[in-house]
Amino acid sequence: MRLLVIGNGMAGARLLGEVRARDKDIEVTVLGAESRQPYNRVLLSNVLAGSSGPDQVRLLDPTWYGEHDVEAHLGTRAVQIDRQTRTVTAADGRRFPYDVLVLATGSQAVVPPIPGAGRALPFRTLDDCRAILADSRGSARAVVIGGGLLGIEAARGLAGRGLPVTLLHLAGHLMERQLDAEAGLVLGETLAGLGVDIRTGVSAAEILPEGVRLDDGSLVEGDLVVLACGVRPETELAVQAGLEVRRGVVVDDELRTDDPAVFAIGECAEHDGVVYGLVAPAWEQAAVAADVITGAAKDARYRGSRQVTRLKAKSVELAAMGETHLTEEHAEVVRFSHRATGTYRKLVIRDGRLVGAILLGESAAVGTLTQLYDRGAPLPGDRAGLLFPGLAGTAVADSPVRMPDSAKVCQCNNVTKGQIRACWESGARDATAVAAATRATTGCGTCRDAVEGIVGWLCEQEGVSA
Amino acid sequence: MKRPKSTIDRVIAPTLTHCPYCALQCGMALIPGERVTVEATDALCQKGWTAADLLSSPDRLTTPLLDGGPATWEQALDHVAARLQEVRAAHGPDAVAVFGGGGLTNEKAYQLGKFARVALGTSQIDYNGRFCMSSAAAASIRAFGADRGLPFPVTDLAAADVVLVAGGNPAETMPPLVRQLTGPALIVIDPRRTATAKLAGLHLQPTPGTDLALALGLLHLAIAEDAIDTGYVERRTTGFEAVRTSVSPWWPERVERLTGVPVAAMRKAVQMLKNADKAVVLTGRGAEQHAKGTDTVTAFINLALALGLPGTPGSGYGCLTGQGNGQGGREHGQKADQLPGYRRIDDPAARAHVAAVWGVDPASLPGPGRSAYELLDALGTAGGPRALLLFGSNPVVSAPGSAHVAERLKALDLLVVVDFVPSETARIADVVLPSTQWAEEDGTMTNLEGRVQRRRRAVAPPAGVKTDLEIIQELARRMGHSWPADPREVFDELRRASQGGTADYAGITGERDGVFWPCPAPDHPGTPRMFLDRFHTPDGRARFVPVDHRPAAEETDADYPVHLTTGRLLAHYQSGAQTRRIAPLVAAAPEPYVEIHPDLAEHLAIGAGDLVRVSSRRGCVEAVARISDAIRSDTVFMPFHWEGANRLTNPALDPTSRMPEFKVCAVKLDKLEKGKAA
Repeated sequence: MRLLVIGNGMAGARLLGEVRARDKDIEVTVLGAESRQPYNRVLLSNVLAGSSGPDQVRLLDPTWYGEHDVEAHLGTRAVQIDRQTRTVTAADGRRFPYDVLVLATGSQAVVPPIPGAGRALPFRTLDDCRAILADSRGSARAVVIGGGLLGIEAARGLAGRGLPVTLLHLAGHLMERQLDAEAGLVLGETLAGLGVDIRTGVSAAEILPEGVRLDDGSLVEGDLVVLACGVRPETELAVQAGLEVRRGVVVDDELRTDDPAVFAIGECAEHDGVVYGLVAPAWEQAAVAADVITGAAKDARYRGSRQVTRLKAKSVELAAMGETHLTEEHAEVVRFSHRATGTYRKLVIRDGRLVGAILLGESAAVGTLTQLYDRGAPLPGDRAGLLFPGLAGTAVADSPVRMPDSAKVCQCNNVTKGQIRACWESGARDATAVAAATRATTGCGTCRDAVEGIVGWLCEQEGVSA
Repeated sequence: MKRPKSTIDRVIAPTLTHCPYCALQCGMALIPGERVTVEATDALCQKGWTAADLLSSPDRLTTPLLDGGPATWEQALDHVAARLQEVRAAHGPDAVAVFGGGGLTNEKAYQLGKFARVALGTSQIDYNGRFCMSSAAAASIRAFGADRGLPFPVTDLAAADVVLVAGGNPAETMPPLVRQLTGPALIVIDPRRTATAKLAGLHLQPTPGTDLALALGLLHLAIAEDAIDTGYVERRTTGFEAVRTSVSPWWPERVERLTGVPVAAMRKAVQMLKNADKAVVLTGRGAEQHAKGTDTVTAFINLALALGLPGTPGSGYGCLTGQGNGQGGREHGQKADQLPGYRRIDDPAARAHVAAVWGVDPASLPGPGRSAYELLDALGTAGGPRALLLFGSNPVVSAPGSAHVAERLKALDLLVVVDFVPSETARIADVVLPSTQWAEEDGTMTNLEGRVQRRRRAVAPPAGVKTDLEIIQELARRMGHSWPADPREVFDELRRASQGGTADYAGITGERDGVFWPCPAPDHPGTPRMFLDRFHTPDGRARFVPVDHRPAAEETDADYPVHLTTGRLLAHYQSGAQTRRIAPLVAAAPEPYVEIHPDLAEHLAIGAGDLVRVSSRRGCVEAVARISDAIRSDTVFMPFHWEGANRLTNPALDPTSRMPEFKVCAVKLDKLEKGKAA
C-alpha cells in the first residue's frame, strides 16, 4: 500500500509516527510545503516570549524519515489531486501516486481585508515568529490585532520582552468564545498589570506605518503590528478535487472524506460540524486515522474531542474548557470571583458532571478539574471543595495541648501522645528519656520537636499545678 | 567478655550487625539476655527495634516437612535431591527451576546461582528482586553502563540543596533515611500524599501510570527554562539532541491534562532544580513497578543528565533499593540473565571467567532463562518447569496476579520451600526445609549505596535448622559436588568470580566491612562515588535515551472505573511473612485495608470501617475501608503485605526489565457490610 500524506505539520508529522508505530511495511511518502522539519506550533508563543528556544520546537529529528523509511519531500507544495488516477501533482510538476491519501494541510492565518494589511505580520508559523522577533528589536511600540488565545499570547510575549503593547479586540471581551464577560474582564486586568493595554469592542480600519487607525478614526500608535485574527482551514486542494468541503474538509468517524481513499485530519478537517483549532484533537485524529489506514484497529472511530484551552503566557494562568457560557437556567453554575487577585473560577455542571470550567489565576485544582471534565466523571457533592482543594480537609491539631492522647506522635515507632504522657508520668523529663523508654524519635527523627513540645508542655503544667 | 552459656540464653555475645529488613541496613547491636534485645547504633524504625522478636516466634520452623509431615533432614534432603534429579532426567535440566530473593546474603545469592547453573544445569533461575529494582537497574545500565542503586553515599543527600523523589516513600519504607532528607528542599512525586510527601516542600500528585509523561514534561520545562547544564551535556554525555526533540511534544499544559499535575507545580519543581547547586533525583518502586518502568526511570535519568547531576560530586541519580540485599542480590547470579560480578550470562568473556572459577566448561553453562513472573507463570505447564526450589521469597503474597501464581505453584510436581516461618508459599509446598534467620548466621549484605556490610551471627540457631548454605551444600553433595557452606569460604570464591566484573568485590578481604564496590584489590579503598571521571560505558559517557509515554497496560473503564495502586506500610516488610508474626508490628498495622478518597467514598456510599470488595479482572479481595484525602479521588491504595492485594495487580511486563505492573491497574469497589466503627 502506498500512503501519501500532504502536510508535514503537527497533524501530518504525528500521523507518520502513528502509522510507523503500527506498520513498518506500508510505503509512506510525505509532502511538506515548508522546507523545514516539522515543528511544534504550540510552542511558538513561548518562542515569541523567549521561554522556549527556536531549537526546542523541533518535532522530528532530520534523521527520523530515513530511520523510519519515510520518503519526505520538504519544500514541495502539492497543487493538484487527481482522484481518478490517484495521483498528486506538486508545484514543481512531480507526480506522486497513492492508494491512500491523507490531507493534513492545516490552516492559514486570516488577514483582515483592510488597507495596509500587508504592513502587518501574521503570527502563525515559525517564520512569522522570527519575523516578528526581528522587527520587535527596532520597535518602540507594538499593536496586536485579535484578542483570542494566540493574540493574547503574542501580546504577553512581546510585553515580556519590554515592548509596550496594545491589544485590539473586536468583541466586547477577550477570548469571547471560551470566556464569559467577567472572566474576560479579569483576564484583561491581569494582562494590563503585565504591560498590555487592552482595547475591546474596537475594529481596525487601516494599518498605517505609525499604527492602526480604528473605525472611529482614532489612531493606536505602534510601529510593529501583529495579526492574530484567527485561522481558516486550508481546503483549496480538496475543493479543486471535488471533495465535500464546508468550513473544512468533511470527514466521517474514520476521518475519511467522501472519497474512501482520501482522509483528512487536523485543522483542515471538519468532523461532525466542528473544525478543531487545537493540537490535542488533531493528534487524537491522527491516531484513529493510523488505526484505520493500517488496519491495526479497524473498528477505531473518532467521536470528537473535548477541548481544553490553556493559555501559555507567563504569569497568566488560564484554563477554559467546554460549555462555559451556560447559565443557571440550563446548568448548575458555581462561581468565585476575586478581581483584586486576578482570580476567577467557574464550574458549569450538568447531571452531576463537569461540562465546562474557567480557571483564571493559579489554582491547585486545575489538574483535577481538567481530568474530571475530560473523563466526564461524577462530581462530589461538595462543590466548593472542587474549587478550593484541601478546604474540606480537617485541620490537624498538632499542638501538644490540643492533640488527643490517641494521636500518633512518632510514626516510625508507633508512639502516641498518651504513651509519652505515661512515660513522663513515670519520670521522663526530656526527649532523650522518652526516646529511651518509647523509642520515639529514634527512626526518621522528624517527631523530635513534637516530643520535646509535649514533654515541655507537661513540665509546664507541672510547674503550674505545683 | 565470655558469658556463661545458659540453656535459655542462646546469645553468644553482644554483636554488631545490621537490621534484617530494608536496603538501608541500619546498624544494630544484639545484646544478650533472657530474650535478645536490640540496640540502635544510629537510628531504627519499629521494624528494626522488634526484629529480634522473630527469633523466639512460636511459628518458627525447626523440622523439615515432607508432604506435610515431619521428616529427618536425611529423608527430606534425599527426597529433594532424588526428585530433582528424576525430573531433570525425565524432562531435561530446564524442568527444574530455582527462585531466590533479594533478602538473601551475597553468599547465598551467589551459591544459589552456581547451584542452578552447575549442579542442576538449569537456565531457569530468577528471584523476587525482579519485582523490585529491575526497572531501575535496566535504566541505569542503559544510561551509565552500571547499576549501583545509589552511586554515592546516602550522606550526600543531606548535603544536597534539592532532592526529587519520584515514586518513593522512605518515611515508611526506610524511615531513618529521612534523617538525610530534612536538610534539602524535597520534591515528592506520588499519587498519594504519603508520609514522605508530607515532609516535602513540593508534592506533585500524578494520576497512577503517568509518571513517565510527568518526567518528560519536567525535562521539556527544564529545557525551556534554560536549566540545562550544556557544558556537562557536551563533555559527559551522548544523545541529547534526540532526547530534546523527543520531549518537544510534552509541553507542560499537555502533561497537566494527562497527569493532573498543575503546570505551576511543574514549573516550581524545575525552578527548584535549576537553582540548586547540588541536586539529586531518586526513583522508587512507584516509578519503577510499571510495564513501562524502565522507560520511566530513563526519563528521570534523562532529566538528571540534562541538569548535569550524575557523576557530579554531591549530586546524582539514584534508585532507592527496597530489599535488604536487593543490591547484592542482583549482582551475583540469581538473576536469569546474569553471572556473578554483575556479568551478563550471554557474554562469552564473562562465561569463560566464571566457568574457570567454578571449574567447569564454559559451554556447560546454560544461557539466560525466564524472568521471575514468566518463570512463575510457566510452572507446571507444558514446556515449563515441573519442580521449583524456592529460597527467601513468598510469591503467593508478593507476585502479581497471585491467585494465578498460586495455581501454577500447585501444579508443580515438586515445590520445595526453604524458609524459617510457614509462609503462605511454604504452606502449599511438598517439602519445607527450615533455615536459619539473620541473627543466626554470618554473611554479607550490600546495601542501597553499594556498601558491602557484614551480617554477624549473634545467637546460635535453634536445634534442627540449617543455614541456606548448608542446605545448598547438602543438595549439591547429593549431586556429586563438594562445595563449602562456610560463608567466608563462599565469599572468597565470590570475590574471585566477581573479579573484573562491574560489581567487583575482589578486594573486600579479611574483616573489611562497609566497603563500596567496585573494590578490585585488597589495597583499593572502594568507590563511594562512582562515575566522577567516567561512566561505565565503552566511551565513558552517559547515554541519553529517548523514550515516549504510553498508557498503563490496563486503563480504567466503565466496568473497572478506579485506579488501584499498591504499596508498603512502615510496620511491615514485603510479603509480611516475618513482620506479621511480630506482635508490636501487628498492633501497629493489624489488617489489610483499602484507602479511599472521601469524594469516591461518597459516590459509592462507603464509610470508614465498612467492609469493601475490591475486584479487578484477575481476582477480588475484601478489605476494610479507610477514608483519606491523602489519595487521589480516582485512585484507591492497598498495602500488599497481606495475601490478597496482589490477586488484583496486573502481570503486564516491562519489555526490557520484565517488571510487572504492580503500581496501577483498574478495579471496582462494592460495599459488603457496614463497619462497626463508622
